[in-house]
Amino acid sequence: MRLFECILLFSLIVCAMSVAFTKDLLTSIIIFMSYSLIMCIIWMILQSPDLAITEAAVGAGVTSILFFLTLKKIRAIRKEEGSEQEEG
Amino acid sequence: MDVSLVEHLLLNIEETVSIVLFGIGFTILLLHRNLIKKIMGMNIMDTATYLFLASKGYITGRAVPIVVDGIQDVSAYINPVPSGLVLTGIVVSVSTTALMLALTIRLYERYHSLDLDEILILAKEEEQI
Amino acid sequence: MSRKKDNYETSRWKKFKSWVDGETDPLDHGMEAHEAIPPREDIYDSAAHEKAVKEELSKIYGEDRRAVLRARGIRYFQRFYKVMSVVLCLGIIMVLLWTVASLPITGNASNPDNNEVAARYIEKGLQETGAVNIVTGMILDYRAFDTFGESCVLFIGSCCVLVLLRLDGDSKNESIRKMIAESDDRHFEPKNDIILQKCACVLVPIIMIFGVYIVLNGHLSPGGGFSGGAVLGSGLILYLNAFGYGKMGKMFTEKLYKRITLCALTFYCLAKSYSFFTGANHLESGIPLGTPGAILSSGLILPLNICVGLVVACTMYAFYTLFRKGGM
Repeated sequence: MRLFECILLFSLIVCAMSVAFTKDLLTSIIIFMSYSLIMCIIWMILQSPDLAITEAAVGAGVTSILFFLTLKKIRAIRKEEGSEQEEG
Repeated sequence: MDVSLVEHLLLNIEETVSIVLFGIGFTILLLHRNLIKKIMGMNIMDTATYLFLASKGYITGRAVPIVVDGIQDVSAYINPVPSGLVLTGIVVSVSTTALMLALTIRLYERYHSLDLDEILILAKEEEQI
Repeated sequence: MSRKKDNYETSRWKKFKSWVDGETDPLDHGMEAHEAIPPREDIYDSAAHEKAVKEELSKIYGEDRRAVLRARGIRYFQRFYKVMSVVLCLGIIMVLLWTVASLPITGNASNPDNNEVAARYIEKGLQETGAVNIVTGMILDYRAFDTFGESCVLFIGSCCVLVLLRLDGDSKNESIRKMIAESDDRHFEPKNDIILQKCACVLVPIIMIFGVYIVLNGHLSPGGGFSGGAVLGSGLILYLNAFGYGKMGKMFTEKLYKRITLCALTFYCLAKSYSFFTGANHLESGIPLGTPGAILSSGLILPLNICVGLVVACTMYAFYTLFRKGGM
């Protein structure tokens, strides 16, 4: 169990580093989602299932949905701008 | 002296990892110019703090603080106080994230850029006009 | 351009002054939202203007030697900033790691944070709150007032997002109406996406029942208002994605959202803030605690869990709709 926990903690650091180094925003959001899921398992190991449920629903679910929506909105604005420039 | 320091860090591995994560989040917050990346760095800092708190409440070999079979002995359960604190923290961090993302959308609508430096330059030019 | 801005500012100052002097009421001509429209127009005008000015500036600066030097200075500053921030981060990590190395070892039962407070919650919690889950008993009974503040933080967060992203449908301004038409992405969504709809038919009831289970069993098993509310909110979001705003509008309107949130927060406030009048001692709700382990036990914890769950579910759904199209 201790080894499993160490592996999870290590992959947590790897996820955080790759969030820092990926250029594409969509990829980094998905990596951030997996970071939250790993965190959820670690909380299960640390004997606090309340936190695990909340993190799975809130951190991995709602937060990443909000990030995706922001990205979509920004892309929509950018596309609109591009079409306007083409017309002009 | 040095060896015992590293050993101690390995014994406290959750805290060590949470400090490293905090540092990574802080670095993202300072070095990345993209606003969405900055918000992610902020979120990583949040979770690192929660990991630190939760690991402080953990006691080896004890169970979840849910009373089973009426056993109400202190030596059977882990510390419930950090769990309660972190539970409230997680939900608050969602609402701050939503607020920051909304501000980002408004900034993009205004300046058509996600780069903080560019936004600052544009804002300064606007002031001069 | 600038004159327009000046005019606007002076008039606003004048209004403010007269309001301070008590001569006029700023809400006389409707809400302040009407006043906020002119600067908005300003912004959209200035976008084109800005571009022209920027081009001019770049032309001038392109020939100026001093500007080149300044640009070089900026580059040096940026490099310096990067190095300094890395050094700062490493320094912070080093100091914190040094602190961690002298902390007591994790998982040791004699650590100073496992003190008499936690022992008291574990030993007396079941008798005093009636909740089997000690964490829920702690945050919704012993420290219920904190949790009330937290629900208010959620509510205020959703209000701020509403202020920032809301598009007013009844507005007379042309540009805003145009923005609404653009951000209304209903025609983008596939009308008859059978796979998504069938999946949602199966999944939404299960997710909803799971959310309700988590909320109602908050005092018996892991979970509670926050996590259950988030699950319920995600169920609503999935339903909205599969069946569109038309069907959702019949069931869940903005009015309903306002009513649910207001009722839940008011009930919570009334149920817990009377401790101020009883001297902030332990609260006697007068409701029998029941047998531990039954659903209808532990006094006020169950209704409070339901309230928190409703607030969280509504807030999550409101975040989604506001981000997506700027309104319910």
